[in-house]
Amino acid sequence: MPHRARLLLIVRRGALALATSLLITLSGLMASGAARADALDDTLARFLADKFPESEQAIGELAAEAPPQAAAILEAMSENRLLFDPADRIVAYRNASGAVLNARTGETIADASGFRKVRVNNALRRAIEGATGSLTLAGSDPEKRIAAAEDVFKSRDAKAAPALKAQLARESDARAATALKLALAAIVAASDEASAADRLSAIETLRGRGDQDAENLIDAIDEKTADPEVKAAADSALASIRTRLMFWGAAQDLWYGLSASSVLLLAAIGLAITFGVMGVINMAHGEMVMLGAYATYVVQLLLPPSLQSWSLAFAIPLAFIVAALVGVAIERLVIRYLYSRPLETLLATWGVSLILQQAVRSLFGANNRQVTNPPFMSGSVHVGGLDITANRFWIIVLAIVVFVALQLVLRATSFGLQMRAVTQNRRMAAAMGISTAKIDMLAFALGSGVAGVAGVALSQIDNVSPNLGQGYIIDSFMVVVFGGVGNLWGTALGALMIGVANKILEPVIGAVQGQIVLLVVIILFIQRRPRGMFALKGRAVEA
Amino acid sequence: MSPQLDRIGLVFVVLLALAAVVVPVLALATPADSPFNIPPYLVQLLGKYLCYAILAVALDLVWGYCGILSLGHGAFFALGGYAMGMYLMRQIGTRGVYANPILPDFMVFLNWKALPVAWWGFDSFPYAMLMVALVPGLLALAFGWFAFRSRVTGVYLSIITQAMTFALFKEFFRNDFGFGGNNGLTDFKDLLGFPLQSSAAKAALFSASAIALILAYGAARLIIGSKYGKALTAVRDAESRMRFLGYRVENLKLFAFVVSAVMAGIAGALYVPQVGIINPSEFAPANSIEAAIWVAVGGRGTLVGAAIGAISVNFAKTWFTGAFPEFWLYGLGALFVLVTLFLPKGLLGLLLRPRRERAPTPETPALAIEEGADP
Amino acid sequence: MSLTKTILSRAAGALLGGALALGAAAAASAADDTIKIGILHSLSGTMAISETTLKDVMLMLIDEQNKKGGVLGKKLEAVVVDPASNWPLFAEKAKELIAKDKVSAVFGCWTSVSRKSVLPVFKELDSILFYPVQYEGEESERNVFYTGAAPNQQAIPAVDYLMSPEGGSVKRWVLEGTDYVYPRTTNKILEAYLKLKGVPASDIMINYTPFGFSDWQTEVSKIKAFGSAGKKTAVVSTINGDANVPFYKELGNAGIKATDIPVVAFSVGEEELAGLDTKPLVGHLAAWNYFESIDAPANKAFIDAWHTFTKKPNRTTNDPMEAHVIGFNMWVKAVEKAQSFAPDKVIDAMIGVAVPNLTGGLSTMMPNHHITKPVYIGEIQADGQLNAVWQTPGTLVAQEWSPYLEGSRDLIADWRKPMSCGNFNVKTGKCGG
Repeated sequence: MPHRARLLLIVRRGALALATSLLITLSGLMASGAARADALDDTLARFLADKFPESEQAIGELAAEAPPQAAAILEAMSENRLLFDPADRIVAYRNASGAVLNARTGETIADASGFRKVRVNNALRRAIEGATGSLTLAGSDPEKRIAAAEDVFKSRDAKAAPALKAQLARESDARAATALKLALAAIVAASDEASAADRLSAIETLRGRGDQDAENLIDAIDEKTADPEVKAAADSALASIRTRLMFWGAAQDLWYGLSASSVLLLAAIGLAITFGVMGVINMAHGEMVMLGAYATYVVQLLLPPSLQSWSLAFAIPLAFIVAALVGVAIERLVIRYLYSRPLETLLATWGVSLILQQAVRSLFGANNRQVTNPPFMSGSVHVGGLDITANRFWIIVLAIVVFVALQLVLRATSFGLQMRAVTQNRRMAAAMGISTAKIDMLAFALGSGVAGVAGVALSQIDNVSPNLGQGYIIDSFMVVVFGGVGNLWGTALGALMIGVANKILEPVIGAVQGQIVLLVVIILFIQRRPRGMFALKGRAVEA
Repeated sequence: MSPQLDRIGLVFVVLLALAAVVVPVLALATPADSPFNIPPYLVQLLGKYLCYAILAVALDLVWGYCGILSLGHGAFFALGGYAMGMYLMRQIGTRGVYANPILPDFMVFLNWKALPVAWWGFDSFPYAMLMVALVPGLLALAFGWFAFRSRVTGVYLSIITQAMTFALFKEFFRNDFGFGGNNGLTDFKDLLGFPLQSSAAKAALFSASAIALILAYGAARLIIGSKYGKALTAVRDAESRMRFLGYRVENLKLFAFVVSAVMAGIAGALYVPQVGIINPSEFAPANSIEAAIWVAVGGRGTLVGAAIGAISVNFAKTWFTGAFPEFWLYGLGALFVLVTLFLPKGLLGLLLRPRRERAPTPETPALAIEEGADP
Repeated sequence: MSLTKTILSRAAGALLGGALALGAAAAASAADDTIKIGILHSLSGTMAISETTLKDVMLMLIDEQNKKGGVLGKKLEAVVVDPASNWPLFAEKAKELIAKDKVSAVFGCWTSVSRKSVLPVFKELDSILFYPVQYEGEESERNVFYTGAAPNQQAIPAVDYLMSPEGGSVKRWVLEGTDYVYPRTTNKILEAYLKLKGVPASDIMINYTPFGFSDWQTEVSKIKAFGSAGKKTAVVSTINGDANVPFYKELGNAGIKATDIPVVAFSVGEEELAGLDTKPLVGHLAAWNYFESIDAPANKAFIDAWHTFTKKPNRTTNDPMEAHVIGFNMWVKAVEKAQSFAPDKVIDAMIGVAVPNLTGGLSTMMPNHHITKPVYIGEIQADGQLNAVWQTPGTLVAQEWSPYLEGSRDLIADWRKPMSCGNFNVKTGKCGG
């Protein structure tokens, strides 16, 4: 018995000890949990002050402690969705779907009326970028890892180096690995006491990137080091980067020129049709462009949010129709009475343009209207050393599509055939049974409609205001006259030459001077070749 | 020119001469509360209309009688104005806000050290007056020499003249160009020693404008009545035939163009002291188009009509912008459309051949581009 | 066709309405107990974008004052004219307002050139102009009261903020402006100021573009390249009106974020932002003396009144509007102080008049005819508002003559007797430069 009892006792003691130890562990666990919770509470409490320095400290603490909800809180804060209730001392955030969640517990808060937004400024946004960088560096999404590495590349924050190295060691995605290496190189370049070996490898990595940032970072290394080997490597890398940059810089200028040309072409091509077919100067052409831009505005105003990203699909046909209808109205009411007096058409259509501008001002107000870029037309992409902004890219595409479509209309339809006939020899065309009056009207509708489509494009890059058209009318005339009347290829080439020349001149002699020089060149050119580059030959001119 | 038109011209000249005397008398000699008193602001306003009328007569000389629709006449007007403005700026002397005896104020606060070469000599009135005529004249000579020799005509000529004034518009906007940039030249003090603010100076400027208009009309009338003028009108009506007949068409046109530009320059020079500012917006293509519209409204190819058009459109503008500030553009726009549609001969056309108004009939568009060359 | 019809019917209605208004105006002017106030803001042309709102706010202020019983027992009557963004027409209309309509004061102008154009008119006919827009300074006239900011009330605090750690400790500067007098002068002042603060010339890039510039690709890429030199870079924008929308659109699409290269603008307010999708621009800055978003009872009351008056609950308010509110209230107070509408007496009574501004402070008319103003730096928000992130502790007195420009360093303005001078040279001791 004693033996048994002893055993029992041992068991009991053991159990007790076990229980105790369990208890201790448990309580310890609980205690540490409590400590963490306290820290998070303290951190969140800093937001209640709504002071920039306090908030910045809170961001630092969130990054350092990395509680699970940190990423969500920081993201919400950067987008101005972080809220606080000064009375109940609660910090919360609004999630993407609009619900307000308690930042501490994640519970939904039904009544968020007492909440105010936590103010954010640029310094805080930078701090958030840095903090998210270190939080997402080890994340599962390679895109986010790349973005995080890019953030470090920009901030050159030496504190991120260990995390970068750790991630680099286990990185599987090649692009992410490059980004990580670049971020490390940037840190090395910014540091004063990096070793020669580190610097050499940094130069190598940066050379691969080969852009302006890389050039500046290598330059920084070059200035800091005294090591001849590093200096030589830096100099050779710099030389190669500069050659590359020069090449890409020229390519970039060409791209800008192409983009400027596409805008000119869109604005001018409608004019090329009306001017070419009828020899009529329509000073209200710019207002057709303006109406197209306002059509885009109206579409965006009326479409439900779910269809917003498709707004341009609705805007382009609407703009075409509106501008074409107004064009027909002008043709029927004014221009057809003035065909034998083209110079006076200019004056009458100038009057029409004043009326249209004032009409839009009365209907929509004098202020600019807001037209947003749909998602596919926002932001930019890098191709090699080129920066290509999405809106400009799609405008170039639109210009090409419009040009091709017009060529098709002119070449492949009977209307086009008749229109060309009228352009080339009106009397003969009339003698052949073409109703020139009808063709005039339709050509005017087409030209005006295309101007409306141009307005959709311009609404993406310029003011949507009653004055929009005025800014493009003279340039459009220049393009049409320079290219040669009655020939769409001439208009296209004219737009291309003027646009590219403008963008090549701009960095050299400045934007203002560039425009003036071009105008003078065009004046001189027209004086040499009064009918433009591609003049109609034959009877059309001689008759 | 028809005798009927000449009679109207004579009446117009007599009225102007009368105004040149009566307006200053009424402005200066009658007490301010008298019903006959013309307040100084009105004198200035009328003087401004007369300057516009000179511009319109100048434009009508080339458009109405030579078929050149210049959309760049605002440039000649503005250049004349700038020459006068530069003289007036130099007259300010130490009365500028920085009291710099040489440099105009805008040069002082942009930290310029020396007077640009283009400004030299403008403290002398005769030199400035020479420039008023010379600068627009030379520009017209150079521009016309190129354009007419290359046979740029019709719509094309209109567009490149517009490009010319547009280029100047942009150039004068540049601060580095040295003419005050966007702000232009303002805050003038006196002209030939007479303070511009005084009623006497205003009345004198009005009379000068009226006399200048009479002279401009007289000169244009002389040109048109001469053998040369007949040739000019013939060029307007059938350029190619004149060329085949052995006339040097480009020289005929060039002479008219230069004379017209000088007239425009003089108009600008008279305009500036009366409105008190000259700045690049005078070069704006819209201003030149408006000038063409005055001519069309009054009656193209009548000289008197052009002057009447300028005065009446500007009077309407003054009245509309005050009375219907929100809606006057509708009225102005409609005026341009209706006049071109229903009054191809302008207001004077109504007077010359009073007959029932007809609705316009659609005209057959015939070889529009070529017609554009010889409208 | 339908649009044409609408336009025609509207135009017809407008003409009819205008004629009626004219008749009504004539009838009203027959009565002697009304006092006329001139409103000289462009309602058409390029400046209509900015100025139309100011006309509306003046109509509202006059309307409110009349509901309160007018001034000195007399009703106020607004005389609106349209100078059509045409500078000589500004002078003509000013003459018309003063000489023909006999207005007691004029509220008007936006651009410097329009102010310069009417200046001789106000001096000659001895009337009062209230000028509500921030401008380049270098002027102080007896007949003009400047209720907008001088460069030291806008540009210099903005640069100070960006140089501070809070603003990002900016070391490298792009001064980007439209080529006209306000940007030129402001940039001259800023350049001198930055150099004084030890910024080397190689870290300052100054660039000008034409009016209405719309293709910003090259300029934005230049800014990007200048900003990639490793030093914190900021852009100080004095870009004018129309050119701003394309500039910001290009900036947003080129991916220049406020955290990389912040842009601080002096001519971009709520009104301009309303024409833009501001989501890509969050964090870019503007410096003004008033923001619609400022949480003050006076501001809230003003915004409510504005929405009721215009019947548009979304219509924004902006800084020049506040300037007109202050200017108008000062005029009313000065008239009451002088017990007269005569410009001479009102001009003398104006100095020292203090009225509450809309941001909760007090603005005072100083002897240099400029007013004291607080300065706010605001960041653009996704909803198109500007949120103040920094403000001056109190109000600042305008330096109409910049101490950073060689020509104006020694000048002061004091319109109190006995000095009564707008450009007194303290070196020579003489009035007049």
